[in-house]
Amino acid sequence: MLNYVFQRLAQSCIVMLAVAMIAFLMFRYVGDPVSQMVGQETSLAERAALRDQLGLNDTIAKQFIDFVGRTLRGDFGLSYQMGQPVDQLLSTRLPATLELSFFALALAMLVGIPMGIYCGLYPRHWLSRAFMILSLAGISLPTFFIGIMLILVFGVELGWLPTFGRGDVVQLGWWSTGLLTVSGWKAILMPAITLGLFQLTFIMRLIRSEMLEVMRADYIRFARARGLPNRMIHFGHALKNTLVPVMTIAGLQLGAIIAFGIITESVFQWPGIGLLFLQSISTADIPVMSTYLLLVAAIFVTINFIVDMLYFAVDPRLRSDRSGGH
Amino acid sequence: MARPELLRNFRSDLLYRFLTSPFILVTTAVAGLLIVAALLAPWIAPQNPFDPSALDLMNSMIPPMWQDGGDARFLLGTDDQGRDLLSAILYGARTSIVVGFIAVGVAVVVGVTLGLIAGYRGGVVDVLIMRIVDVQMTFPAIMVALLVDGISRSLLPRDQHDRLALFVIILALSLSIWPQVARTVRASTMVEKSREYVQAVRVMGRPPVVILFRHIMPNVLGPVLVIATINLGVAVLGEATLSFLGVGMPATQPSLGTLIRIGNNYLFSGERWIVLFPGLTLALLVMSVNLFGDWLRDALDPKLR
Repeated sequence: MLNYVFQRLAQSCIVMLAVAMIAFLMFRYVGDPVSQMVGQETSLAERAALRDQLGLNDTIAKQFIDFVGRTLRGDFGLSYQMGQPVDQLLSTRLPATLELSFFALALAMLVGIPMGIYCGLYPRHWLSRAFMILSLAGISLPTFFIGIMLILVFGVELGWLPTFGRGDVVQLGWWSTGLLTVSGWKAILMPAITLGLFQLTFIMRLIRSEMLEVMRADYIRFARARGLPNRMIHFGHALKNTLVPVMTIAGLQLGAIIAFGIITESVFQWPGIGLLFLQSISTADIPVMSTYLLLVAAIFVTINFIVDMLYFAVDPRLRSDRSGGH
Repeated sequence: MARPELLRNFRSDLLYRFLTSPFILVTTAVAGLLIVAALLAPWIAPQNPFDPSALDLMNSMIPPMWQDGGDARFLLGTDDQGRDLLSAILYGARTSIVVGFIAVGVAVVVGVTLGLIAGYRGGVVDVLIMRIVDVQMTFPAIMVALLVDGISRSLLPRDQHDRLALFVIILALSLSIWPQVARTVRASTMVEKSREYVQAVRVMGRPPVVILFRHIMPNVLGPVLVIATINLGVAVLGEATLSFLGVGMPATQPSLGTLIRIGNNYLFSGERWIVLFPGLTLALLVMSVNLFGDWLRDALDPKLR
């Protein structure tokens, strides 16, 4: 067990180092860091001094080690465009993105899991068929098109919901939350639905197929033979056994939510890190781009690690397999 | 001699299943019709939206024909520059589909080659290729594409970038697709390489290149076909998304995403057709390609359902 944990940890570190390498190469070789930092009137001598001061004349290996060191200390440099430290820029915008992502994921699971259970238990019912047809739309429709349609219907036609921004926010220390005001709740609704719809349909279809599979298993027949009530069979036996794959997928989907979050944030002008990343791309703001890359990689690697560990904790078969095989 | 599994399936089973399912026949017809109409855009479109002399600003913002103020010359209305929307959609879909096909094609060639090598060689080469795949699969496709675009934007001067936008998008999309192909091909290659026919050709003294591409490759292409089809939808969607976000095709070369981006600006002023029709075309295209891919997957491998 411990051996496995360390193995996974080492793998995670290697992935992070590789990403750091990409981020470093971007920072160092895409555009010239010095000319991005100084104005036109800076003399060549001053530029040379700055080069030296930034360590750009050191060997590449030393520069990379310095880069990793700075990153670990939380120093990501200054944004070329805004002149502010990148970590400040990101941390003021991170709460908006995290609130949106978790809201969307919660929505997807709270709606998707019951729908999936229903479709799995009664696959021939007309409601299940309706859910399945709806889910096709959820999987195939482009995220941004769903967002635009929602804006058109609920924002422009009916005028019920705001079409951009996150409403009034309340500061709790460094965390700014929109979930304490009415306008904040109104504002998060459409972006969260846009962002969560794909995940919702994904989770629903997954639970459905897992449920269908499990309901055919022998232990369900035995449970029926023992005269257990349906409720107990469905939720105590069947659902429990579908949750392992769902857990993995749900964890990995959080990553997809971050990716689709870029699109959603752009459609709704949601002031999160995705929008910042998008702006940094169109202005070639390398420090912001590379920091975002590192941040997303860190989130992904952490989630993957946690999911693997959970998998291990939940499914006893994996544990015996591991100790026997190695 | 190894008989390609793929072809065998095609001849009997696959064709039979295809012809007996009305659902997939309709889906394929829709996808086929859209793709053919888009590819034939220069010959069937009423207007050439690339040609500035054909455009007249006086014609801008005309609603679809059946609405008040509609014009019979413009079936689906016009956009802010007086472009006929139907023509722009046809040309736009053409760009999106061509980008999708080339991106998937490049990804398949790279993925199959590297996957074959990794699976057959094993050892250090395998570890190296698979680690690159792992790192790349850590990131969502759209983020890889965005990063490639961002980097190219700072490396190239602005006018150059607009001209090369097409190639940047293709590079970005294929870069995000090839790891899936490589991973699948590697797995099947590792199974195939211990089969008897491979040992036989090896004993015959054939060079590894011949063994890989002549003998093993035909037997690992089945799943690749499925991945390619599903990713064609992903690539079309990816191109549209990039263009919608303003980092894809420049506004002078309409793709479906660019059109939706333009239409999005007129959402509040009432000109809804500009965003609606390109959006519906894109949704229909992606949905029918996805359904075809799903069906193909189920038909080729019943276990995968």
